[in-house]
Amino acid sequence: MSDPRLAIIGTRLGEVGRVVAVSSGKGGVGKSMVATALALSLAEQGRGVGLLDLDFTSPSTHVIMGVEGLYPEEEYGIVPPTAHGLRYMSIVHYSGEEPAPLRGEDVSNAIIELLAITLWGKLDYLVIDMPPGIGDATLDTLRLIPRIEFIVVTTPSRVAYRSVKRLLLLLRDLRIPVIGVLENMVMSRSRYVEDEVRGLGLRYLGAVAYDEELEAAIGDPAGLMRTRFGRDVAKLGSAL
Amino acid sequence: MHEWALAEGIISTAARFAEQNGLTEVTEVVVTVGELQQVEHEVLQFAFQQLKTPLFKNAQFILRTQPARFRCRNCSHEWSFKTEGMPEDVSEAIHFVPEMAHVYIKCGQCGSPDFEVTEGRGVWLATIKGVKGHE
Repeated sequence: MSDPRLAIIGTRLGEVGRVVAVSSGKGGVGKSMVATALALSLAEQGRGVGLLDLDFTSPSTHVIMGVEGLYPEEEYGIVPPTAHGLRYMSIVHYSGEEPAPLRGEDVSNAIIELLAITLWGKLDYLVIDMPPGIGDATLDTLRLIPRIEFIVVTTPSRVAYRSVKRLLLLLRDLRIPVIGVLENMVMSRSRYVEDEVRGLGLRYLGAVAYDEELEAAIGDPAGLMRTRFGRDVAKLGSAL
Repeated sequence: MHEWALAEGIISTAARFAEQNGLTEVTEVVVTVGELQQVEHEVLQFAFQQLKTPLFKNAQFILRTQPARFRCRNCSHEWSFKTEGMPEDVSEAIHFVPEMAHVYIKCGQCGSPDFEVTEGRGVWLATIKGVKGHE
C-alpha cells in the first residue's frame, strides 16, 4: 500500500515561503558556492532561511560555511541545527566525511526521508543545493516539491552550457518555474550564454566574475560575503 | 525514520484511505516496518495515541517488523542486519536516514559498500479495517 512518508512532505514545507533550488546541468560550475552565498545573503537581509544540501555524493555547503560536527535536535521530528543564521540540513550530519555510495533508488529514499523528517518551521526561503545533472535526485525533488523554483548556474564555457541547456529544456518540458540563469566564473565578457538564455525566453541573471580571492574565503562565511563573488550573489538575493 | 514523523505519515495516509473508501471509523491499521528503520515500537505507539484524530478513536495500531537482509552487488554474498557492537551514533544515523547503511555497513565477504537492501527497508501501510458509513 502507500508510503506514509509521502503524505507528510507537504506539511513539512507548509510554512516555507519560497523553495529555491540552485542547480546546474554540470558539476564544477560553482553551484554550491552560489547556493550558500545566496542563503547567507538572504539571512543577512533578515529573512528566515533554510539551506538543504541534496548533493549526497559531493556535499560541500558545510565546507563552504566552515561548519563541522553539527547534529540535528530531535523533537517530534528532526530540527535542523543553525549555522550562520541558516537552518541547515545536510547528509553530512549523519555521514560525516565518509563517502555515501548511493544508487538511484537509495538516493530517492534518502531524499524522501530527509524531506519527511525535517521540521523546517516558518521560513521565508528554503534554498536547496541540488546535485548536478538531471538524474534521480533532480527528478525526485521535482516530483516531491511541486512549487519549487530554479536558479540555474553555468560557466561561460560552451561545454558547461550545453549540459545546462539540457536541464533548462527539461524544466521547460515539466513546466517548472526558472527564476533565471546565472553565469559564474566569468573571465572575459562574451554574449554567448546571455544570448542563448534569452533565446530560450528565460531571464539572464547576470555575470559573476571569476574571483581569485574566493578560495581563501572558504570556511569563513563573513569573509565570503565580503568578496566580489559574495556581493554579486547578494545582489541576486535582493532581486528575488 | 523518526517515530513521530512516521506516526504522522501513517495517520495522514490512513485517513485519506478511509475518506476515499467511505469509512466513518477506522478499527485497525496494520503497519509493516523494515528492521533497518530501527523504529521503537513503544515510541511509535505513543505517538499514534497522541496524534490520532477522532476517526481512529477505537483503532488498534499493529506493527509488524520485517527483518533486514542485504545482498552484495559485487560478490553476491547475503547477510542480515545486526546492531550488536554498532556505535550509537551510527545506529542513530541509520535510524533517521536508513540509506546511511551504505556509509557504515560493508559486505562481510568482499568489503564492498555496494549492496542491495533486499528486505526490511521502508514502512508500508499493510491493511486498514474500518466501518463503512450508511450511503
